[in-house]
Amino acid sequence: MACSSSTCNSSGCYKGYNEEERKPTTRAAVNGRNSHQNLCVKCKSNEPICCGIDRDDAKFCRDCFKTNIYGKFKQAVTYNAMITPSDKVLVAFSGGPSSRVVLQFVHEMQYRAQRNYDASKDKSLPVFGVGVAFVDESSIHSFSSQEIEKAIEDIRSIVSNLAPPSKELYVVPIENIFSSDGFDGKERLKKLLDAVSDDTGKEDLLIHLQLLLLQKVASENGYTRVVLGSCTSRIACHVISATVKGQGYSLSADIQYVDSRWEIPVVLPLRDCSAQELNTLCGLDGLKILELLNGPRSGINGLVSSFVKVLQEENPSRECTIVRTAGKLTPFHFNRIPEIHDSNVPLATRRRQKRHSLKPNGSLSSESFCPICNSPLDKSNLSSSLSSLGSHQNSDILAAACCSSCQFQILPKEPSLLEQFVSLLPQPLITKANHGDQGDFSLLREQIQDFLLSDGEDEN
Amino acid sequence: MEADTKPKKYGPRLCCICNQRRAALKRPKTLEQICKECFYEVFEEEIHQVIMENQLFKPGERIAIGASGGKDSTVLAYVLSELNRRHNYGLDLFLLSVDEGITGYRDDSLETVKRNELQYGLPLKIVSYKDLYGWTMDEIVKMIGLKNNCTFCGVFRRQALDRGAALLKVDKVATGHNADDIAETVLLNILRGDIARLSRCTSITTGEDGPIPRCKPFKYTYEKEIVMYAYFKKLDYFSTECIYSPNAYRGFAREFIKDLERIRPRAILDIIKSGENFRISTSTKMPEQGTCERCGYISSQKWCKACVLLEGLNRGLPKLGIGRSRGLNSDVKKDIKQGGGTESIESKQCGSLDF
Repeated sequence: MACSSSTCNSSGCYKGYNEEERKPTTRAAVNGRNSHQNLCVKCKSNEPICCGIDRDDAKFCRDCFKTNIYGKFKQAVTYNAMITPSDKVLVAFSGGPSSRVVLQFVHEMQYRAQRNYDASKDKSLPVFGVGVAFVDESSIHSFSSQEIEKAIEDIRSIVSNLAPPSKELYVVPIENIFSSDGFDGKERLKKLLDAVSDDTGKEDLLIHLQLLLLQKVASENGYTRVVLGSCTSRIACHVISATVKGQGYSLSADIQYVDSRWEIPVVLPLRDCSAQELNTLCGLDGLKILELLNGPRSGINGLVSSFVKVLQEENPSRECTIVRTAGKLTPFHFNRIPEIHDSNVPLATRRRQKRHSLKPNGSLSSESFCPICNSPLDKSNLSSSLSSLGSHQNSDILAAACCSSCQFQILPKEPSLLEQFVSLLPQPLITKANHGDQGDFSLLREQIQDFLLSDGEDEN
Repeated sequence: MEADTKPKKYGPRLCCICNQRRAALKRPKTLEQICKECFYEVFEEEIHQVIMENQLFKPGERIAIGASGGKDSTVLAYVLSELNRRHNYGLDLFLLSVDEGITGYRDDSLETVKRNELQYGLPLKIVSYKDLYGWTMDEIVKMIGLKNNCTFCGVFRRQALDRGAALLKVDKVATGHNADDIAETVLLNILRGDIARLSRCTSITTGEDGPIPRCKPFKYTYEKEIVMYAYFKKLDYFSTECIYSPNAYRGFAREFIKDLERIRPRAILDIIKSGENFRISTSTKMPEQGTCERCGYISSQKWCKACVLLEGLNRGLPKLGIGRSRGLNSDVKKDIKQGGGTESIESKQCGSLDF
């Protein structure tokens, strides 16, 4: 157990699958704290520091605190086969504490791997590669150009100051999502977002576009993983807001360690670390954070964040409980790293792909996905959307294929506005909807076949 | 709430359903501006549809309405007797009340129920804690204080309701839980990590394997609309919270739901939808159901929870059976919940939930 199990209060030390109750060690730890009032509960030699979770919660000394968090990260990485030696990982970096820590940890892991490589004789295990992507949203937010330049400058210095192996940095404007369409991206993005009347819907659409853009960058540059810094607090907020938006069915897809429904699998190694812990760690280690770019959340998402914050203040392990509850929901088949069958990959690497806790989860049913937010669709949602199919216009078909949440908060209701909205969607999204790498769209088409009047058009 | 029920402007705005009468209110669920008559119609019709689609009742059944005298159960009694007549459900309806023995609260609300008995012509049965258990809530609180008292009340109420229903020989109990209550319960079960209850709390009918199933015809009905209906129809109801339930924790969730409703009315329905669609594996083992050796009530343990609590009271050890201490009765607690209310220690609602 990397993170001295039950002694840490707000951590997600418990794995989602085994409903392990608090072990008697809790008592031992408490006793320990009572007898040595001012010593770290783990090493029992140094003075504990306040890790920001709770004022009375100073349990670990500086080193043990850091080791504990790194341990949670490392455990998530190895148990879920997130990073193997032949991988090339792209770290999504926003400048906030979570992504700063994930960058640091991935870097430390790579640094250790490099040292092992240098020391090894046969060099059979390569060192995984690391890149960093920063999505520049200045075209949507109203920051001054100086602020942005300063922020990007800071990011460059953060990345270049990391010890070798050196890491490529991609600063990508959000409007690049349209680069394959060959239009003025800025203008088009603005129009697309303006077409969404609901504040929450706008915010969520932007998040989907970000993810899509990260996929694009990763895919174009040969990366095999996208690493996100989503921490327990963030995931807890997602659990509640997804529930509030009626996305109960697809929720379990979003909150697992691994999400392979994308071309490049997305991994969340900080799933078990709380925002407070990560903040504290940044403070302790002097990791630089960019405050500027953390835009406030509005609408439903804002309401949910403040609700979760209040709950967390009332009970410091609340976020962790929320994530654990949602962790008990059944994940999807794509919530794991696909097995490497490629015989070109060195055996040593393949052997490294451990999967301790990875049990095959559920059927390999062919899910269909919402073309906007990529969430798996409930069967009932699918059939109910069929009834709304009067015409066979592209925009209508796309709209009918969306999840009910996107239909409500993102798609315009009025047909002509809807058509315009669909025409503005970026190419990668449209491609996904049309061809659907899991054959989702054809599946949908099959089901609506009887309702289509002419079958002459739209033959792929 | 008053602000919403009164028309703000006296412009010539017409009801957007009938297009004839002047709009008198903004419907909380959809924000449509409609007239009173259309409101009554859609309100009642939606409940009728829920009853039909979910086949809540069969012709000839005897149905007890859990009546506390509060707004939800009063409106439920009124609407059910109305629909029963209008659509020939062929139901025998009864009012069933539980007298917990709380002076200044239940005695007053029971007066309301007694008036309802006459107003709607529904026979009323009152079962009291004093008769069933030998203790009133007043006496229990005097002994154990204001902490955990809701655990006693919740456990006792569930059983009292079932016993009352058995005395009336009814086939089913209908309770007044509304959409807000259910959405709130979904959230609370997530916050609390209770996956077993999370999977059950959105079912419209519960306890079908038990002696007397319960159903919630107001599952999709907004609390605000219930209040509005009662207000316009000038129904006689009692609206004071239980004097023993401070409700801090549930209050958070309730407040949150009201905030959500303000910016997105459909959020309440979306939460219920999420609750229905959560992917929860059905292989989770359920406690085996048996009967209490002492009183014969359904129980997964040797003794039912009520008997354990009662034994504690009678022996002067009121802590007996409270908390998860032995894990022995934690399973029983799961059963308690099925009415939608959550009678656990930190969170409970005795006042505005009707059983």
